[in-house]
Amino acid sequence: MRPERSFQGLILTLQRYWADYGCVILQPYDMEVGAGTFHPATTLRALGPKRWNAAYVQPSRRPKDGRYGENPNRLQHYYQFQVILKPSPPDIQDLYLKSLAAIGVDSHLHDIRFVEDDWESPTLGAWGLGWECWCDGMEVSQFTYFQQVAGVECAPVAGELTYGLERLAMYVQGVDRVYDLNFNGRDGNDRVSYGDVFLQAEQEYSRHNFEHSDADMLFKQFSMAEEACRKYLEAGWKDGKREAHLMALPAYDQCIKASHVFNLLDARGVISVTERQSYIMRVRELAKACGEAWVHTEAGGAGSSPSP
Amino acid sequence: MPDLLLELFSEEIPARMQAKAADDLRRMVTDKLVAEGLVYEGAKAFATPRRLALTVHGIPARQSDLKEERKGPRVGGPDAAIQGFLKATGLASLDEAKIQRDPKKGDFYIALIEKPGRATLDALADMLPVIVRTFPWPKSMRWGERSAKPGALQWVRPLHTIIATFGIETEEPDVVKFDVAGIEAGQTTYGHRFMAPAPISVRRFEDYEAKLKAAKVVLDPQARKDIILADAKQLAFAQGFELVEDQVLLDEVAGLVEWPVVLMGSFDEAFLSIPGEVIRATIRNNQKCFVVSDPKTGKLTNKFILTANIEASDGGKAIVAGNERVIRARLSDAKFFYQTDLKTKLEDRLPKFDGIVFHEKLGTQGERIKRIERLAAEIAPLVGADVEKTKRAAHLAKADLLTEVVGEFPELQGLMGKYYALAQGEDASVAAASEEHYKPQGPADRVPSDPVSVAVALADKIDTLVGFWAIDEKPTGSKDPYALRRAALGVIRILISNDLRIPLAEAFGHAIAGFVSQDNAHVRKGVESWALPAESVRGALSSSFDAWTAGGVRVFVSDRLKVQLRDQGARHDLVDAVFALEGQDDLLMVVRRVEALGKFLDTDDGKNLLAGTKRAANILRIEEKKDGKAFDGAPDAALYSLDEEKTLAKAIDQVKAEAGAAVAKEDFAAAMSAMAKLRPAVDAFFDKVKVNDDNAAVRENRLKLLNEIRAATRAVADFSKIQD
Repeated sequence: MRPERSFQGLILTLQRYWADYGCVILQPYDMEVGAGTFHPATTLRALGPKRWNAAYVQPSRRPKDGRYGENPNRLQHYYQFQVILKPSPPDIQDLYLKSLAAIGVDSHLHDIRFVEDDWESPTLGAWGLGWECWCDGMEVSQFTYFQQVAGVECAPVAGELTYGLERLAMYVQGVDRVYDLNFNGRDGNDRVSYGDVFLQAEQEYSRHNFEHSDADMLFKQFSMAEEACRKYLEAGWKDGKREAHLMALPAYDQCIKASHVFNLLDARGVISVTERQSYIMRVRELAKACGEAWVHTEAGGAGSSPSP
Repeated sequence: MPDLLLELFSEEIPARMQAKAADDLRRMVTDKLVAEGLVYEGAKAFATPRRLALTVHGIPARQSDLKEERKGPRVGGPDAAIQGFLKATGLASLDEAKIQRDPKKGDFYIALIEKPGRATLDALADMLPVIVRTFPWPKSMRWGERSAKPGALQWVRPLHTIIATFGIETEEPDVVKFDVAGIEAGQTTYGHRFMAPAPISVRRFEDYEAKLKAAKVVLDPQARKDIILADAKQLAFAQGFELVEDQVLLDEVAGLVEWPVVLMGSFDEAFLSIPGEVIRATIRNNQKCFVVSDPKTGKLTNKFILTANIEASDGGKAIVAGNERVIRARLSDAKFFYQTDLKTKLEDRLPKFDGIVFHEKLGTQGERIKRIERLAAEIAPLVGADVEKTKRAAHLAKADLLTEVVGEFPELQGLMGKYYALAQGEDASVAAASEEHYKPQGPADRVPSDPVSVAVALADKIDTLVGFWAIDEKPTGSKDPYALRRAALGVIRILISNDLRIPLAEAFGHAIAGFVSQDNAHVRKGVESWALPAESVRGALSSSFDAWTAGGVRVFVSDRLKVQLRDQGARHDLVDAVFALEGQDDLLMVVRRVEALGKFLDTDDGKNLLAGTKRAANILRIEEKKDGKAFDGAPDAALYSLDEEKTLAKAIDQVKAEAGAAVAKEDFAAAMSAMAKLRPAVDAFFDKVKVNDDNAAVRENRLKLLNEIRAATRAVADFSKIQD
């Protein structure tokens, strides 16, 4: 499985590289999310004092970015490869560059650059500083030192690497249209392209996202998810005291749900500019409450002394 | 004397922050040195994407010794005061203090403190970590293991190593011993990230800079810019083309590389059907590349110039190919946006503006466009513009704000409007106004000259000024969020450079009427607070002079005019002298008067007349105060006893008539020449005539004559407002 021959080869190479580093290789989170950052393995695990190194592929949904399969590089569903290293190791930039080398990007042949990009997610109540990583003028990754997530200061700070897999694959395969990517690395009749796998889905979901999604149902789902999130958060406090939390993860699932439903409503064009802001605020409030709950759980470091 | 070398080596520093950071580092270190009594000979700071560096040369090796006497409590004073004195001065007991005799207030203790100067090396070891910890990055961050604890070091991106050496040229320098967040200062740095990543040991600035160069790092940002510019020009020239120079882009690109390697790429000629500005914005903003033009046609060619950070093993082929692919994709997007925009007529976009708020209190963009249309139509005849064309131009001027291309590249607003207007067959003047009405944007920007553009530009700016003024969103100090200074300066420059005469008070009245006709309660309230009922504005525009003056806009505009004249090297203090006259709302006439006045005051006649007038005014002020009344009646010719009085009276009459006639013809030079005739009479009067005559009637008459001098000079300016 050579990374420059196939999409899946690229993914497998990255997984192997980060596995060799000692990361927990997770599978995609089983919910619809807008980016790999939403996976609880990043959002929640970035909080609290415990060490955490993980890597995973995350299918990411951006309903608004759908183009009915007609745009060569815009998709409403695409893959991110996400790495989270907490605390951020001192050689994290070198680790990243070596991962590029592993997938065939030779730093003596290509022009690799770290260009300022401050990351902020209003829905997650999160921000960090870092870069877009450019390879010969193309953005291939985002690199962020998380400073705050879900309204909670990161202590210690985690480093997050997000590879845009399709772009990277297009680059190493030398392809201009995402649907032309070789997915399985075979030739002739055995060849499966990215288009074979996803083109129809892009067309169908674009129709759904822009024209047919059931707005009434989505509005209800938003409220339900919001309510459930609050309910679970409330019920999760052990003995009713705000000392230990026992249900941060299920509550956070509802926050993810609300966020995705909001993205669908937004794509459907049924949220006005002023309302838009208030929906983002509502999701952020949920995310913050989940972050607060998480740091009162065991994995969130409750009761443990901060690592040195 | 010894020199200091300091380097702070980190992960990639944002390009836009580098220049200021280098400057801050130099300022902070040198200020602190001076505060420590260490006067240095010179300092220079540098920045690359990965390092800030500073060299300070000629620092004394030691601080000089300090001797200080400190006064203490009186002898036999309370114990607490004595203990405090001992503690503060570091004396072991009172035996070490001196006693100062003072027969009046009583004897008191004196501590003689001798503070030997410290070695500079030690002073540096104290000050440098503080500077690192308090460095004013616009945004900074924590990282790594240490970020688990409060108080972790903040830097723009993770800081890796620090070099701090101090010593003279002929000896091995000392390392300034300090550490910040576990980073110990030393002598080690690293070269280019990819081409020379090995550690480098350095002694002082000279070998530091040279070793970095050998390790593929050009330390000096200016040197990197010079390389990029020269190579880019050369690459373009070699193909018979010309680099489109771009200082802002050059600054940024030089902050993205340590070892600039300039390469040229190309794109499909078919993209040249997109307007050149769109191609440039796409290539510049998104890819940080320069564009290239053909000197024969003056238009862009299908080439671009990129600056890589590496000498690639294939000579840059893969880098060029990669950049070409990205630029191709970007230009495809831009072309798609442009073609999509062309499918919708500009006027069909207008209804959407009714749903976009311009400002909470000033209504929607749609309302604003209607007001500008209306005001521009009022202004059009005054500037020689066709009213119908002006209305059409104002109607369409903002429509491109809702196009795809402007959404993507906001800096192309106006320009795209022009292209789209031409494409839909609008008149050339109408189309040009889309772009021109935003001008002038800054002091270096072009001023519109086509009458249609001028009318729309003035309407746009006056509507902005009046609206924000009325809702009390005036600029304060350095804050001017709605760019009202720029708007006022724009009005001034358009009027002056086009020799246009507009009664501004009336124009402001029309602008207010525009808001009132839209039932804008906020503006109405604001205008009424200037003691001017908005109804009267609607009815009688003649009263709008009150709005111009009472609201304070006039002072604001005249202040801008002063700035403008000062920048041109003209005498700005004369602006007040002219504005102090009644009814000045025609800026062109104000400037003409100021010019003529300035020339006049440069002559001997002018200087002496000014002196004479001021002398008259001073005497009047004193005597008016003494008598508690003004001497403003006409003098009685029968009371003149001396020839000089008669001559002066005659000269005043003559000057009044001549200057008045000249002013009426707006011939200010002639008015000044007339003024000059007053001078000998004034001089002779002060020479020979005693104003405060013993005869009260004669005295009063002479004072009235002095008042006449003041009155006569007011034909051209209020001389009392002129600085000597």
